[in-house]
Amino acid sequence: MSSMALKLLKPFGLVEKLNLAALIKALVVPMTGILIFLFIWNIGARNIHTSLGEFPGPAQVYEQSKNLLAEHNRERQKEAAFYQRQDDRNAKKLAKNPDAEIKFRAYTGKATFIDQIGTSLVTVLAGFFAASLIAIPAGIVIGLNKTLYSAFNPVIQLFKPVSPLAWLPLVTMVVSALYVSDDPMFAKSFVTSLITVSLCCLWPTLLNTAVGVSSISADLNNVSKVLRLSWLTHVIKIVIPSAIPMIFTGLRLSLGIAWMVLIAAEMLAQNPGLGKFVWDEFQNGSSNSLGRIMVAVIVIGLIGFMLDRIMLMLQKKVSWDKTQELR
Amino acid sequence: MTAKTHLELTGVDIDFPTPSGPFKALSNVNLKIERGEFVSLIGHSGCGKSTVLNIVAGLYQATKGGVLLDGKEVNEPGPERAVVFQNHSLLPWLTAYENVELAVKQVFKNSKSKAEMKEWIEHNLQLVHMDHAMHKRPDEISGGMKQRVGIARALAMEPTVMLMDEPFGALDALTRAHLQDSLMEIQADLNNTVIMITHDVDEAVLLSDRIVMMTNGPAATVGEILEVNLERPRHRLELADDAQYNHYRAAVLSFLYEKQRQPGEEVKVSALSEKKTESDKQAQNLHDTEQSSAEQNSEEAA
Ligand SMILES: Nc1ncnc2c1ncn2[C@@H]1O[C@H](COP(=O)(O)OP(=O)(O)OP(=O)(O)O)[C@@H](O)[C@H]1O
Ligand SMILES: [Mg+2]
Repeated sequence: MSSMALKLLKPFGLVEKLNLAALIKALVVPMTGILIFLFIWNIGARNIHTSLGEFPGPAQVYEQSKNLLAEHNRERQKEAAFYQRQDDRNAKKLAKNPDAEIKFRAYTGKATFIDQIGTSLVTVLAGFFAASLIAIPAGIVIGLNKTLYSAFNPVIQLFKPVSPLAWLPLVTMVVSALYVSDDPMFAKSFVTSLITVSLCCLWPTLLNTAVGVSSISADLNNVSKVLRLSWLTHVIKIVIPSAIPMIFTGLRLSLGIAWMVLIAAEMLAQNPGLGKFVWDEFQNGSSNSLGRIMVAVIVIGLIGFMLDRIMLMLQKKVSWDKTQELR
Repeated sequence: MTAKTHLELTGVDIDFPTPSGPFKALSNVNLKIERGEFVSLIGHSGCGKSTVLNIVAGLYQATKGGVLLDGKEVNEPGPERAVVFQNHSLLPWLTAYENVELAVKQVFKNSKSKAEMKEWIEHNLQLVHMDHAMHKRPDEISGGMKQRVGIARALAMEPTVMLMDEPFGALDALTRAHLQDSLMEIQADLNNTVIMITHDVDEAVLLSDRIVMMTNGPAATVGEILEVNLERPRHRLELADDAQYNHYRAAVLSFLYEKQRQPGEEVKVSALSEKKTESDKQAQNLHDTEQSSAEQNSEEAA
């Protein structure tokens, strides 16, 4: 057998050997966990009776998720039909009179569940990026300077535990007062949500960056001094790379917080997004509402999980310390 | 005398601030070093060898006295006084090549073209026999290889003075011997001034022109200076039987274990014979005790 073939076969041999154990570990165990959860959920749900009927079990939630998807598709079809009619109308007008004034109007349908997911995702990412853009440089500066660190640490510690709900009224008022323009690029509600998210998720990145930067090994600092690196080169070549693991720890915490905060802010401020969806369903109070809210809960969880996985992937990509186990 | 001393430490004192008041680590250290000289610093653990080196490097400031390099006062670190750190101190996210490159770019940014820099980096990695693994990161190479890259980085800066803090301390005997030979070769070629800290008596005698023996701290200072007048190039195997070599060795050992014997150290150094086999056995024993006492010391410090 050629060595090439051997090389190709080797992994398969390995797979065969590890097959059962690996399969159990990777699939069967988590699946069992999920099944147990579904079972308990099912039993529990049947025994909880609310004013809106029985608490939704897995089956109802699955049903509602299909409904939500169908509603979304119907809404899209309506939208397409609307534009079709408008185009037809305009075409007819033009055919009669080539100089006729024609009107284009945007479709103003109801935002579906899927639309709300999109809105929330865009908002959370924008808020998170805005926060990171401030927190990473600020963290580096504070981390490099002991005096600045002691100066700002009390302020940071003070604002870190503040709930988004406390910020929200203030942010709303400030945005209404300051963000005035005839043709705003972003909706006010978007700006409010974004700022609230940023204010709440700033702190973990800021603190972790500062700690990462200030705990650079003295030896590496000495290398930098002996080489007489300029401040900027020092930061780029030595400070940032060595603080990268801590920066990412902060970023992951921040993104998690951003996502949680956003849902709460959307609920409270009635800003478009998944939070508003949940609130609207709650106000709606139909027999399907609880099931639909439960769908939202699961989707919120899945998205949060997905966001964290994406950050983990990024972290693995930029991490130089391959011995460090990232999870 | 008109010729200025190349490197001169005059009346160097240093006090470290500690919670229980200032701690005088060095007191009145005086030392003159000629250009191209290879000087070893030897002394018991914690006596202040690294402190001396850091003062010459400019990383520490002497409380009293100071350092002159070619007539200019040293008061900050700079690439003309390259340091090889005890634990290599390579940037873990850069490859061996990139680590040397960082230093070369900094020192030669105005005087070498890109191509010249590349050649120079590769040349220095070749000097330490690291050209085969120059695109590996520190975590992909062995301890000895890391230390070689650290040396290449220092050499590539074309320093006036090379400062080496126990450069081979963490290496196994074979690798250490190998690197010692390389260092001797390179030094013979480039004629750098070198100050090297070591715990190893054989290493000190083999490599140095002079061995500076330090007294125990606190307030440590230069105890004795031993001139090593052995013909270069030196070969470890030939020297092993050399009476002169063994005499130097015995002199250092007697300084360390008789004159600067540390309290609690129960070593009998009654007859430091110059007969090779005898002294060798003893040296081995001494070496062991030296190491255990060093460990003991660092435990105390911790
Ligand atoms: N930054 C510092 N602050 C306070 N004390 C210090 C500082 N650096 C060194 N010392 C003290 O100065 C003394 C000399 O330390 P130094 O590191 O120079 O010893 P050394 O001879 O290099 O020891 P070793 O052989 O173990 O490396 C020690 O007692 C140490 O505790
Ligand atoms: Mg030391």
